[in-house]
Amino acid sequence: MGLSAYLALAAVIFSIGLFGVMTRRNAVGILLGIELMLNAVNINLVAFSRFHGDVTGMVLTVFAICITVAEVALGLAIVILLFRTRRTAMADHVDWLKG
Amino acid sequence: MTLEVVGFWVLAVLLVGSALAVVLTKNLFHSVLWLALALTGTAGIFLMLEAEFLAGVQILLYAGGVVTVVVFAIVVTERLVGTRLAHTSRRVLAGGAVAAVFLGVMLDILARAPLAPVMVPMGADPTKLIGMALMTRFLLPFELLAVLLLVSLLAASYLARPEE
Repeated sequence: MGLSAYLALAAVIFSIGLFGVMTRRNAVGILLGIELMLNAVNINLVAFSRFHGDVTGMVLTVFAICITVAEVALGLAIVILLFRTRRTAMADHVDWLKG
Repeated sequence: MTLEVVGFWVLAVLLVGSALAVVLTKNLFHSVLWLALALTGTAGIFLMLEAEFLAGVQILLYAGGVVTVVVFAIVVTERLVGTRLAHTSRRVLAGGAVAAVFLGVMLDILARAPLAPVMVPMGADPTKLIGMALMTRFLLPFELLAVLLLVSLLAASYLARPEE
């Protein structure tokens, strides 16, 4: 399989994640969509790295995975905090800034 | 059809199917389980790309760690409002249109880009090369990453601390 096959697969997964982020009402569901998008990016990085014989992409993938873990931990902490103050995990119900 | 092609298509179908299930299923908990399958499928893609170390990291951190944490968050935020695990979608048509247009543009760019058709040998074991790069060229980002993880750990435990 050529590089384009892996990149096309990653593009499909990224689009599905984008769809999830835009349509999900639950904040945890939105986070799951972000996970899918970051996952697609990781596939891209590893594929480019492998097809160019350069290890830099794989190192960046290690960084991306670690940063994703930090992002998920913080995002879920915010969801829990939100639930405590507002008794909801729905992103639609968080409209404090709406005039 | 060689074994590589068959493996790629099996993994691709598995990945796309489970990713669609993540964003379409009505039950939030099932969504997370499908995400675990998608992340494991990605580890399979990494194996096909001969990145064994990353496949291990993917399973340990993502499929193991992230999924567990998300399940905990669901338990905390849904238990108090009863058994309402159903999560709905809104503006499905608009979201689908935006995602489809984005995918079309991406695939169009990919179809016209000059991309490498075959893998280039890495010269050594990728795991060894990753370790060497982390300890030489990427040493400063590596250390900053350790600081970032510590900060996010403290911040997350502060934000989600028990109520006084």
